[in-house]
Amino acid sequence: MDTREYILANVRKNQPANHELPGVPRFHRQPELLVSEFERSLKYMAGEFLASPPSDFAAYLRENFPNAKTICSAVPEYAGDRKPEDYRNWADAADIDVTIVRSPLGVAETGSVLLTENQLRVNTIGFLAHDIVILLDPKDIVENIHDAYEHRAFRESKYAVLMTGPSGSADIGGKTVHPAQGVMTLTVVMWPAEL
Amino acid sequence: MSVIDQAKNAAEFIEDKTHEVSFDKLIWMLRQKRDEAALQVPEWEQLRDLASAIKEHTLANLGPYLELFEANAKRNGVTVHWARDGHEHNQIVYDILKSRDADTLIKSKSMLTEECGTTPFLQSRGVKVSETDLGERIQQLDDEPPSHIVGPAFQKTTEDVAALFSKVYGSDPNKADPVYLAHVMREHTRPLITEAKAGMTGTNFAIAETGAIVTITNEGNADLSANAPKLRICSVGIEKIIPNNEHLAVFVRLLARSATGMPITQYTSHFRAAREGGEMHVVLVDNGRSDRLGMEKFWPSLKCIRCGACMNTCPVYRRSGGLSYGSTYMGPIGIITMPTFEIRRYSELPFASTLNGSCTNVCPVKINIHEQIYAWRGVMDEKHQTPSLKKQAMIIAGKLLSHPEAYRIATQSTETALKVLPRFAIYNHFNVWGRHREVPAPANETFHEWYRKNRTH
Ligand code: SF4
Repeated sequence: MDTREYILANVRKNQPANHELPGVPRFHRQPELLVSEFERSLKYMAGEFLASPPSDFAAYLRENFPNAKTICSAVPEYAGDRKPEDYRNWADAADIDVTIVRSPLGVAETGSVLLTENQLRVNTIGFLAHDIVILLDPKDIVENIHDAYEHRAFRESKYAVLMTGPSGSADIGGKTVHPAQGVMTLTVVMWPAEL
Repeated sequence: MSVIDQAKNAAEFIEDKTHEVSFDKLIWMLRQKRDEAALQVPEWEQLRDLASAIKEHTLANLGPYLELFEANAKRNGVTVHWARDGHEHNQIVYDILKSRDADTLIKSKSMLTEECGTTPFLQSRGVKVSETDLGERIQQLDDEPPSHIVGPAFQKTTEDVAALFSKVYGSDPNKADPVYLAHVMREHTRPLITEAKAGMTGTNFAIAETGAIVTITNEGNADLSANAPKLRICSVGIEKIIPNNEHLAVFVRLLARSATGMPITQYTSHFRAAREGGEMHVVLVDNGRSDRLGMEKFWPSLKCIRCGACMNTCPVYRRSGGLSYGSTYMGPIGIITMPTFEIRRYSELPFASTLNGSCTNVCPVKINIHEQIYAWRGVMDEKHQTPSLKKQAMIIAGKLLSHPEAYRIATQSTETALKVLPRFAIYNHFNVWGRHREVPAPANETFHEWYRKNRTH
């Protein structure tokens, strides 16, 4: 018997008695406070929050990332020095200082934002960059993780990540520190999508 | 292989005060954070009930769910392999790498590959394997297995890591600062990531309805391993299947809160298909799981989502260190799973417990851990009597019980278990199972004095 057949036969033989599959409630509570809840959760995870688009985005970037030489923009709102498509070898995205990308979904409960290959185009720009600035339409914030998983991206994208604050590690001494292997800072800007 | 003598290993660990104290403090902090996080979610207990029911349903129908997962993964262009044991798994991985000339591999943390011994297998065949998770990398550099399933290097102090990095990377040995050390690690690991020819990750959940693999990391290790190189291999224990995204939400809400007290881990990553221009392989691994499914008392351990909460709350684990179990999984979850891999080798583990039930109370998927530990003692008593080592287990319990504060804290949130199992019964259980009636260490004598007087070897 080949391995697959063996495992499946042994599993079927040994399965315990059936248990009902429960339905999962949505656990909704305060839908009117989504943006402030999102802000609170994001900051708890060491993310930065901007309540509205800066009047001069280029100046904002210069001021906040003074050492940045390479800014990769995946959004029409800002030109940047690079486009994701410039990185034919995905590992080369390690030369990016700041990545700018739009998220289609935010989660108030956790401060998470969704990113998929549709926004990133070259997925590594979201991890190999030093810093990331994420634009999010406040209308795209949902209340909790249950709502988030209704998003079609989790059924249709090849790759989807719920990213929450900058990459961190608590492996030395148990307290979360930055940097780790991914971005060192993560900023979410409340920025309505262009119509 | 010889029997693991957890009690003796623990006694050695306790001799070294620095590590005992810092480990206990760190692990207890995680336990407290878990409690705070759980309190903030009004539906916490309901989520635990849901998680338990979803897992029980899936395990009761695991055959059909595995086939559904396989069909959907294939539809997404993923190549699905099946491995009966660790060796088959490692061979499959090696064959994939070899046929693509991939001699450098980056890994994100995976307990399954620890279980299978994948890294030594690949390294002995010329593949350069680099862990990307900071904790796992620290252990790799020090040639030591993980001491905790969530934080592999928790048993090391910051000073230990500073000394290790100075030896390996030439960094400042006197700078015992986690931020500095994390920088050192990032600097040295980045080139390994960008140059690797293949990436390998474990799996937290595999979604039957979408064929997606979900991997949760705090550094983005899985995302880097899966996206930087074109070749991506993913190891999946067959018990990791859950039906669909609706159910995934329940586990995502429970996992990080139970593990570290954070509302979510930084990266919850879903891989349904290979990246553009790449290829993705999934290896479904049995390694004893399908047999365990048929063990009437022990199959519920397959519900485990590897959060580590049972370890963090366990007074014996906290004061023994994770390495004392000599096993891939340690603490309460290790006690109830390791004997299914090798019953003789791990025959002493069920005695490394006070049976206070705290593990059962914190488990997000409601595994009856302490009842299983008790049941395993029965099995061991029938099959592998080793009274002298059981006596050593009592010594550890005695050490703990001689610290009333630690013990009180350890058991204060265990009302449910204590209803079933009053505190005095803990002594009785030892007496029931011990062949000789043993008197625990008197609280006013230090453990070291008592141990020296009573040691048997
Ligand atoms: S047994 Fe329960 S508490 Fe322990 S690691 Fe598994 S899920 Fe977590």
